[in-house]
Amino acid sequence: MSLLRLVDLSTDIALRRGAVHALDHVNLEVRQGETLGVVGESGSGKTMTVLSVMGLLPPGGRVVNGQILFDGRDLLAMAPDELRRVRGVEMGMVFQDPLTSLNPTMRIGAQVAEPLRVHQGVSKAEARERAVEILRRVGMPRPDKIVDDYPHQLSGGMRQRAVIAMALIRSPRLLIADEPTTALDVTTQRQILELIDDLRDEFKMAVILVTHDLGVIASRADRVAVMYAGRVVETATTEELFRAPRHRYTEALMHALPEAAQGREGRLYSIPGLPPDLSQPLTGCRFAPRCRHATDACRATDVPLVRAAEDHLYACLHPVTEAVTFAPRGAGEARPAAASEPILSVRELVKEYDAGGKGRVSAVAGVSFEVKAGETLGIVGESGCGKSTVGRLVAGLEEPTGGQIVLDGTDIGALDRRARRRMHREVQLMFQDSYAAMNPRMRVDGILTEPLEIQQVGDPAGRRSRVTRLLDQVGLPTRALERYPHEFSGGQLQRIGLARSLALEPRLIVADEPVSALDVSIQAQVLNLMRDLQSELGLSYVFISHDLSVVDYMADRIAVMYLGKLVEIGPASQVVRAARHPYTQALIDAVPSPDPGHAPSPATAIRGELPSALNPPTGCRFRTRCPLAQDICRTEPPLEGGLHQVACHFPLREEAAAARP
Amino acid sequence: MNDQTRVRGLWRNGLEVFVDNRLALAGVGIFVLLAAFSFLGPLFYSSDQVHTDLANVYLSPGTAGHPMGTDGVGYDQLGRLMVGGQTSIVVGLAAGLLATVVGTVWGAIAGFAGGWVDAIMMRVVDAMMSIPALFLFMLMAAIVTPTVPMLIVIIGAFAWLGPARLVRGEALTLRTREYVLAMRGMGGTGGRAVRRHIIPNAIGTVIVNATFQIADAILYVAYLSFLGLGVPPPAANWGGMLSDGLSDTFSGHWWLLYPPGIAIILIVLAFNFIGDGLRDVFEVRLRRR
Repeated sequence: MSLLRLVDLSTDIALRRGAVHALDHVNLEVRQGETLGVVGESGSGKTMTVLSVMGLLPPGGRVVNGQILFDGRDLLAMAPDELRRVRGVEMGMVFQDPLTSLNPTMRIGAQVAEPLRVHQGVSKAEARERAVEILRRVGMPRPDKIVDDYPHQLSGGMRQRAVIAMALIRSPRLLIADEPTTALDVTTQRQILELIDDLRDEFKMAVILVTHDLGVIASRADRVAVMYAGRVVETATTEELFRAPRHRYTEALMHALPEAAQGREGRLYSIPGLPPDLSQPLTGCRFAPRCRHATDACRATDVPLVRAAEDHLYACLHPVTEAVTFAPRGAGEARPAAASEPILSVRELVKEYDAGGKGRVSAVAGVSFEVKAGETLGIVGESGCGKSTVGRLVAGLEEPTGGQIVLDGTDIGALDRRARRRMHREVQLMFQDSYAAMNPRMRVDGILTEPLEIQQVGDPAGRRSRVTRLLDQVGLPTRALERYPHEFSGGQLQRIGLARSLALEPRLIVADEPVSALDVSIQAQVLNLMRDLQSELGLSYVFISHDLSVVDYMADRIAVMYLGKLVEIGPASQVVRAARHPYTQALIDAVPSPDPGHAPSPATAIRGELPSALNPPTGCRFRTRCPLAQDICRTEPPLEGGLHQVACHFPLREEAAAARP
Repeated sequence: MNDQTRVRGLWRNGLEVFVDNRLALAGVGIFVLLAAFSFLGPLFYSSDQVHTDLANVYLSPGTAGHPMGTDGVGYDQLGRLMVGGQTSIVVGLAAGLLATVVGTVWGAIAGFAGGWVDAIMMRVVDAMMSIPALFLFMLMAAIVTPTVPMLIVIIGAFAWLGPARLVRGEALTLRTREYVLAMRGMGGTGGRAVRRHIIPNAIGTVIVNATFQIADAILYVAYLSFLGLGVPPPAANWGGMLSDGLSDTFSGHWWLLYPPGIAIILIVLAFNFIGDGLRDVFEVRLRRR
C-alpha cells in the first residue's frame, strides 16, 4: 500500500515577471518500506517535488494544483498545526550539503535532539540521551563524545551521519534524501548509502532518494522515477528500467554515461541542446527538441504516461524497443603509446603548508610522474589527497616546497621571472566552476582576449580573429562574444573556459574537475569536445577528477593519490580493471555502478576517516585504513613496477604481462 | 572602440535597473531640485546675505519682500536657505568624495598587499577610529578657523576610515577569487589583477558607499555648525541655520526651524535613495531576474 502519493501535483515559482512552472502534473507513489529513486538533471523538478512535499518551497513557490496524499490524507487540505506535526514527526529530510544544514553554533547533540524538544517537549537530559543513542545507531564513532562537538569538528561523512540522525530521531515513516552523497567522496558515499539502506530496514521506513547519479539509483532503489522538465517521464522497477528503458530520455541518459562508451576510441552519446525554459508555455513532449527520434506528433500532442508492464509507465510516442547493455569494457588494449618525449616530468614534488604553529600540513609528499605529448594523465583520489595541489603546482600557481617540475626540458624552478611568465603559455588551467573563474564584469570577448593581452600576442585585430576562431572550435556562435558570463549555462561556460585555456596554444592543459559540476548529458558534450581538440591540436591533459569512470574514459594513464602520495600509476585499463593497490581497489568498488546486477563486494569497503595531513601516518599512509596492513607497512613502500607501478608491500596482483616493458 | 561599446552596454543595462527603482529616481529628483534651488535660486531671487538688518528682525513669513520671513539679525530666510544650501551641498559632496577616494586607495592597498603592510595600515585606521569623531572635530575647530575648504578637509580626514575598512574587506575576498587565480595562471601581474579585476568588481561597493558618505558629510557640517564650530557668519549653512532656529523654538519662530531641518532631511534621504538604487545596478546577477 502506498504511504505517499502525489496526484497531479503542480508547483509554480513566481518571478518578478511571470512564473516558472517547476512541476507539471506529477504523479508519484512511494510504498511502505521501499526506496523510490527520483533521477533527473538539474532543473528537472526532482528537488521541487520533495520540497513541495515538505512544504519548504523557496520564496514565491506555491503548489497550484493536485494532492499530496500521506497515508491517505491530503497534506494540502490539512490544518496548519496538524500539518506541522505530520511534516515534522512523520517525515525526515536529509539535504545535500551537511555543512550548511547544520547550525555551526549549536552542539551536535542539541541539534540532533532539537526535533524532540520541539515536537515532544522532552527534557534536556533525556534529549541528550536519545541523541547519543541515535548517533550510535547511525554508526557514529564515540557518540557520547561527539554529542558535545560542534559541526566544524566533524568530517563531511560524519556530518551527514549527524544530519541523518537528526532526521531519524523521531522515527519518521518517510525519509527524504535529496542528493545525500553528492558532496561526499565515493568511499564515504558508499558508507552513507549503505547506512540509509540498513536504517530503512531497521525502521521500516519508506525512502525517497533524489539524485542525478544513475549509479546511485541502480544500486539502492527499488523503483525509479525519471523526471524531465517538471514532469515524470518514466517510472519502473529499478531492474526493469535499467534492463528495458522505454523513454528516449532515459535511454539517452544511460548512453551519455562514460561507462557506456564502447571501446577506448568510442565517443560518448551526448544529448544536444539544453532543457526547455519552464517559464514559457510548452506543448508536446518536452524532450522532443533534443530527441533524435522526435516526429511532428511528438511536438504537437501532449504525450500521456502509458503502461508498458505492471509498474512500468512511460510517456513516449517512439519508445525504445531494443535493450540497453552495459557491457563492461574488456581489459582494453592500451591506446598506441604516445612514443614521443615527455612534455612534463615531475620529480619528487613536495608541497607543505604552514599550519600556524601547529606543525606543517603535508599536501604533496614526493610525487613523481611524466606526461608525454598528446597523452592524457588522469589523477584520481578523494578530497584532500593533494591532486588539486599537484595541478596548481604544475600550472605554476604555487611554489613547490621541494622537487622539480621539468616542462619541455626546462626546469621551471630555475627560470627567472620573465621566463616563467612566458612559461605560462605552455601550461594552462581549466577550472571546475568556470563561472567563478570568469570576471562577471567582463564580456566573453574580454575574457578570451585577456590571455593574449597578458602574453602580448598579436595586435588587437589579430586577437579578435583568434578569439572568433576559438569560439568556433568549441562550438559556440560568434554572438556569444558580446554576452556576459551569467548569461550562459554551465556547459557553455565550460566551453568558454576551454576556449580560454586554448587561447595561448598551450601544449599542456591542467583540467581540475572540469566536468564535476555538470549534468551527465552536458558532461558528455564537454568530454567529447576535449577529446576532439586533443586529437586535433596534439594537446596533453592532466585530468584531475574524483570520478573514476570519467577518468577511465578520458585518460591514457591513471595516477592514484592518497594523502599526498602517489600509490599507483599505470595504463588506464590496467589500473581500473587490474588494480594493484588496495586503496585503488576500494575506490573502484565504491563507485556505484549503473548496472543493478552489479553488487559491490563487502570485503573491500574501507572504513574510518581520512587521517589528518597535519601529522600523516608514517610509512605507507594508507596503512591506518588498509585491510591488509601489517607491521612492515610502517616503513615506506617504494613505487615499483614497469609501466604499472604500485607503492605497496602487499600488492593485490602481479603486474599484467602485457604491461611489462 | 571595442572597449567603448562594452562600457556602454554595461551602463545602459544598469540605467534600466536604476530607472526601475522609483525611490532612486525620486532621490535624483530631490537632489536636482535642491541643488537648483541653492545654486540657481539666487539668480532669480536676490537678497542681502552680508549685512544685518536689525530693523527687520523676526518678520513672519508673508511679509512684503520676505516671503519666508527674516531671522534674528534680519537676514531674509529664503535667500539664506539658498546660500546655506550651497555650503552644505559643496562641503557634503567634496568631503564625501575626498573620504571615498582616500579610503578606497588606502583600503585597496592594504587588502591587496596583505601581511604586515595590511596590519600596519589597518592599525592606523583602528587607532583613528577609536578617537571619538566629535572630540576630533572640536579639537580641529579650536586650532583652525573653519572655512569651507577647511571644513572639507576636517570632515574628510575623519570620514575616510569607513570606506577604507570596507574596501579592504572587499579586496581581501576579491584577491582569492578564481578569476584572479586564472589570470595569474596566464602569467598576469598583480597590477593587472588590481586594474582589471579587483577595482571593477569593488567599484559597486565604492560608489554605493560614496553616496552614503556624501549624506554623512552633510550631516557632519550640520553637527559642527550646531556646536558652533562651523563656518563663521555671515556665511551660512543648513546645519547652522537649524542650530540658530532651535534656540528660537520657544519664541514661536517656526519658520527659522522647519525649513533648514526639512532641507537636511530631504537631501540626506535623496542620497540614501540614490545609494540603494546604485546597489541594485551593480548587482550584475540581479539584472536577468
